[in-house]
Amino acid sequence: MRAILLPALRVTLVTWVLCGIVYPLAVTGFGQWLLPDQANGSLLRKPDGTVIGSRLIGQDWIGPGWFHGRPSATTATDPTDPNKTVSAPYNAAASGASNLGPTSRALAERLIADRKAAEASQPELAGRQLPSDMLTTSGSGLDPDISPAYARLQVPRVAAARGLAADQVAALVRNNTVGRSLGVFGEPRVNVLQLNLSLQEMTKASRSEGLRQR
Amino acid sequence: MTMQGWLQIALVLLIVFLLSIPVGSYLAAIVMDRRTWLDPLFDPVDNALYALIGREAARRPMNWKAYTFHMLATNLCMAVLIYLIMVFQNHLPLNPLKLPGMEPMQAFNTAISFITNTDWQSYGGETTLSNFSQMAAITFPMFTSATTGFVVAMAFIRAFTVKDGGANLGNFYRDLIRFTTRVLLPLSFVLALFLIWQGAPQTLDAAVVAHPIQGGEQGISIGPVASFETIKHLGTNGGGFFNVNAAHPFENPTPLSNWLLMSLMALLPSALVVCFGHMIGNRRQGWVLYGVMGAMLLLILPVAIVAEQAGTPSLSQAGIEMAATGNQPGGNMEGKETRFGIAGSGLFGVITTTFTTGSVDSMHDSFTPMGAVPEFIGMMLQNVFGGKGVGFLAALVYGLIAVFIAGLMVGRTPEFLGKTIERPEIIMVSLALLIHPLVILAPSSWSMIAPYGMSALGNAAMHGYSEVLYAFASSAANNGSAFAGLNANTPWYNLALGFVILIGRYPPIIFMMAVAGSVAAKPTLATTIGTLKTDSLKFGAFWLGTILVVGALTFFPALVLGPIAEAFAMAHGRTY
Repeated sequence: MRAILLPALRVTLVTWVLCGIVYPLAVTGFGQWLLPDQANGSLLRKPDGTVIGSRLIGQDWIGPGWFHGRPSATTATDPTDPNKTVSAPYNAAASGASNLGPTSRALAERLIADRKAAEASQPELAGRQLPSDMLTTSGSGLDPDISPAYARLQVPRVAAARGLAADQVAALVRNNTVGRSLGVFGEPRVNVLQLNLSLQEMTKASRSEGLRQR
Repeated sequence: MTMQGWLQIALVLLIVFLLSIPVGSYLAAIVMDRRTWLDPLFDPVDNALYALIGREAARRPMNWKAYTFHMLATNLCMAVLIYLIMVFQNHLPLNPLKLPGMEPMQAFNTAISFITNTDWQSYGGETTLSNFSQMAAITFPMFTSATTGFVVAMAFIRAFTVKDGGANLGNFYRDLIRFTTRVLLPLSFVLALFLIWQGAPQTLDAAVVAHPIQGGEQGISIGPVASFETIKHLGTNGGGFFNVNAAHPFENPTPLSNWLLMSLMALLPSALVVCFGHMIGNRRQGWVLYGVMGAMLLLILPVAIVAEQAGTPSLSQAGIEMAATGNQPGGNMEGKETRFGIAGSGLFGVITTTFTTGSVDSMHDSFTPMGAVPEFIGMMLQNVFGGKGVGFLAALVYGLIAVFIAGLMVGRTPEFLGKTIERPEIIMVSLALLIHPLVILAPSSWSMIAPYGMSALGNAAMHGYSEVLYAFASSAANNGSAFAGLNANTPWYNLALGFVILIGRYPPIIFMMAVAGSVAAKPTLATTIGTLKTDSLKFGAFWLGTILVVGALTFFPALVLGPIAEAFAMAHGRTY
């Protein structure tokens, strides 16, 4: 018995130190040294250093003046009752998905309700086929991207809310569209946070131009 | 599906196929103690580790019993260690979020799950485990559980080649160390840096607070993700650092990282088949098995892709475009990420279940019924390549049964690789074969009549049954993926799934090692004109047929009650 347990115990400790401690710490060391931006979460900062988000993590955009991301199914603990959860879109401290199946009535009703809400804020969408990512929740609830088609559908609303020319905003979407990797892998997409940051830049620029002209 | 989508799928599979050939021959060199040009680098490291384990223990020859006992004892020690780390993580370092220790029943489930290469999770990673636990209790067994499966398969293959009657099927510790230091560690290290480059974080911090430009705050969980992610896929483990696994943009940031993770899952199980051909000195036999497994993969893969692109009536009724175009993915995108689309998610889902990894880059619970059927098949058959070593053994189970049936049909003593397959072997093989359906079908049926089973369902009707069937299939196959709507963190599911994982893992290994011992004791027969050739296309087809017929007879009724019935209901526009 001892002849079996002793080497078993020793090999456990040896591989534990090697694979559970040395390996992850070595990767951390090299990662922080060679690729500090990515290793710390691809954070975007204001000039004063305040973190405004991560390029890779979506945010919950509210109001007609921003490009919106996909619906998110993430939740958070209910502040009034710790045993319950409440909807908390883009909660990057607790990723989650709807996990609603293809024959779920809750899903069917949500899709119809979201479609009606979208038509209420943008009447021109009525009767149109919508891109698939616009009404479906993502796997992570933190999807940073939307399809170029969904971004384009939002251009008239965003341009009107900000008093910008629609073709200018459309050009912004084009500039922020990323194609498939190596032409084959993945799908074309637009990073919503980066799109909204460049939108904010454009709004500032056009305002200061407007002031100068006045 | 767009042209690029199909091209992406074809490229991923082609690259894995091409890589598996040299990697398989490298694996064979390691297992057979052949010289490689990396020896000057690794020999000193390994010798130091042997000294720590005990030179005598790491050198003595082991027969099948000794090999199995040392494997079991090691797995037990490791399981206890990781259980203790998780339960007492609040007293251990690197816990900046001050997370409490894990509840014992959940820790029991988790320790078993990770030591067996299953990685079923009834917890959400970022809200439950400290960074220390993620490294020392999760990343650690991701190496050793993969190694365990691999070395057991190697010992099994040696039984067909040794000439000493089975006194030496190798040394467990030596095999374990060599596979860890010469394959898993170097590959994981280099590819972890690739993943960081693509955007996976690697830090000892646990959270960042962001201040979005539109106001408010966003807490973002981070941690040592990249080092976790590479070995998770390379070792066909599958547990997520985050709750949503590889759908999380930090675990799988880009289409290129998605490609890498899929390739890592598929690489070693397919290379192992090539390695098998090298070890028995009959590469043709290796390719026949490769062909059997590859044929099954190519048969079921398109079903998932086509079904996911076709979408569901619920989506169509909401006026959603189903066809993919150049600027939107179309299809069933519920639970899928924009950057992967239908092709990248469907392919990942099939690879993770056929190579029994269990990592997911999209939510399988939201897949269409027919889109999920290939995933069920992957876990039920376990040998559409299958997980590290264990999938290979499952294929051999069917192979030996095929040999036996074929032998009876032509009225000759069944032989495989020069060894006669007789009554004792067939009894062991049958036991190994029958355990798997037993631990899937019995407890999933029980869950459907017990109130504590039913109350955990996340979806109603047939889909609810599919959630439970999936959970037990995933546990028994040591896969670990889930129809995650099921709330598995209840006493019944933590315990039942924990035991199913154990029974699905060790008894089949023990039975197959017993077969190895019995086969190794037999003389190797010379090939004659009357020998049933097992390295022919004809036998390959027979092997494939045996897998499909036995598998279909066993699992088809359960699939009919779950996803197939749901597919019919869905076609009639029913919702529940």
